[in-house]
Amino acid sequence: MFTELNSILNTSPDSFTRGEFILVSDRQSDASFLIHHFLSFYLRARCKVCFLGLAQSFCHYSAVSQRLGVRLTQAKEKGQLVFFEGLKECLSVLTPKENNVESEAMNFLRDPPVGLRSLYEFVRSSVIVSDNMEEGAEQWGPSVLLVDDLSVLLSLGVDVGAVLDFSHYCRALVCSQVQGNMVMLVRCNGEEDDDDDDDDDGDVGSDVLLKGLTHQCNLHLHVQGLPTGYCKDIHGQMEVCWKRRQGDAPHMQKNLFQYKVYDKGASFFARGTSSAVL
Amino acid sequence: MLHNIDVISSNMAAPVNSVGKTSADRLQVNCTSFQKKTRSKLISIPGTRPSVQNGQLLVSTGVTSLDYLLGGGLAVGTVLLIEEDRFDSYSRMILKYFLAEGVVCRHELFVATAQDNPDEILQELPAPILDDVAVPKPVEQPRLTGEPQDSLDAMKIAWRYQNLPKVQSALASSSRFGHYYDVSKTMEVEIRQAAKCHRFYLPDHITPSSAAHRVESYSALLKSLQEVIHREGFDLVTPMSKSRNILRVGLHSLGSALWGDDLCCHDKPRHSHALTTFLYGLRALLRSSLSVAVVTLPSHLIQDRALMGNITRLCDNAIALESFKGSERETNPLYKDYHGLLYVRQVPHLNCLARQLPDHKDLAFKLKRKQFTIETQIHPGTL
Repeated sequence: MFTELNSILNTSPDSFTRGEFILVSDRQSDASFLIHHFLSFYLRARCKVCFLGLAQSFCHYSAVSQRLGVRLTQAKEKGQLVFFEGLKECLSVLTPKENNVESEAMNFLRDPPVGLRSLYEFVRSSVIVSDNMEEGAEQWGPSVLLVDDLSVLLSLGVDVGAVLDFSHYCRALVCSQVQGNMVMLVRCNGEEDDDDDDDDDGDVGSDVLLKGLTHQCNLHLHVQGLPTGYCKDIHGQMEVCWKRRQGDAPHMQKNLFQYKVYDKGASFFARGTSSAVL
Repeated sequence: MLHNIDVISSNMAAPVNSVGKTSADRLQVNCTSFQKKTRSKLISIPGTRPSVQNGQLLVSTGVTSLDYLLGGGLAVGTVLLIEEDRFDSYSRMILKYFLAEGVVCRHELFVATAQDNPDEILQELPAPILDDVAVPKPVEQPRLTGEPQDSLDAMKIAWRYQNLPKVQSALASSSRFGHYYDVSKTMEVEIRQAAKCHRFYLPDHITPSSAAHRVESYSALLKSLQEVIHREGFDLVTPMSKSRNILRVGLHSLGSALWGDDLCCHDKPRHSHALTTFLYGLRALLRSSLSVAVVTLPSHLIQDRALMGNITRLCDNAIALESFKGSERETNPLYKDYHGLLYVRQVPHLNCLARQLPDHKDLAFKLKRKQFTIETQIHPGTL
């Protein structure tokens, strides 16, 4: 959990807005450090977290979370964290064996046009808290869904429309029905203002996905490299965009920060105020 | 990854406490004296060493300057993507260095090609520089009388050591990290055949003209690789008592038309996700086993830059080579010191939050007879 980011977003594990859809995106950069922040944030806030870890193995998330002060294995044992390890589940579909049962949630790998319905069913079963709780089971806070990341689904052949449908269904379930929060990561390539007519499907796909999700979200964190080029002391810039309703009209507020990622955290500062410069 | 060992320990019936284990239970001698204190049981495999940054197990790529660029070596469980230069000369060379290093360290090899037979690549492996590699003949052969007089070889001062074998023991040589190779000679057959090598030659598995070729070549490769990993015991779930080794996987020219892909032929390929799905499955296999992969890819044939971005993200390390051969830079006297440029597209940041960013971005390489050097260009503005 990055304390500076908490003060920028005006949240803390004790008090945060519920029913929010936070979109994290990056362009030619790597915003996965923000996913680690949100994972440790919501675990500390004692929420029930459903994490779709599609990009990396469980050990990676566990090792990084340990540096941020949260133990994923313990959270899994206590029932606070439901972890879906995409890499492990995909092998049961890509290299099927006679004895092993195929993973239901990843059946889109076998047949991409099927879409992400099974994955949604998995999310639904994790997020809905059953009414008849077991004896001695701990009560957790609101459910939270974290996805790292949606662009992997595009690389695996899933259609952009199917991914948008999936995110819409998840939002309806998590944000509206259960009044929890949702954080999703989307990664894009290339320049934003490229207007090549003979577009590549891949590039158009992730840009279309990003536009669709930006429209749906409440808070958008967009990470990019510095426009002036590569710098060792400042790893990039992050644009924070809130969407609120003030009165009748929707109101959008944007802020730009620069950041540097450390071993155990990240620091955010206004443009030009990096400690390397001052 | 090293932290996977934690999971394995907890899966065993009796919980393993590394503090209580005696040193006799540890395999062989550690290659470095540095031992990071982790809760996981530290395994020692010849030809590997732990990273000083985050304790991950590293292997050498065979090119010491490339090891340095990647942060000390290639982490076990990761993929190195090499974007081929135009004539696939230097990328093929690095692949051969990688496999040769595996032979010298007694690792097992898995080579997959669609174009040349894997045996052709294996026969071209460079010869290791011999003074500290064990030749698998325990006793020196007596010299034939017809051979020229070895008076030059005869020691004059340390004559008592004349008759001792010239090579060190296998343990000492394979515990060194990173070796040097002489590219003007090929590796001797005895050394090469001492290493266990698994081959995957695509025409043996799928006929090129069949309909299955287009979509199934990658899945056939993935299944074959998984079968080798499982059968030879590279899985991390295999019990720890067995002695462990590393599997080095070399995949040549993935994405080319010979693999059944139309990525290099069309602007909008129809099955563009076949290769990315394979790379995802490859990542899954590597993360759960003691293997490391080097993949070469003819990126200069792929028109879709966004697709290259997706491919790069699915690999952990990525470099691109651009050789000067055939371009006007070859005869320019300013570039005479180098053979080409090297770009670092991606470095991994696994098991940690911050990635180790490269210090320099303008790198050039030169293939010398005994070394493949990568250096910062001295005058970046002129290139």
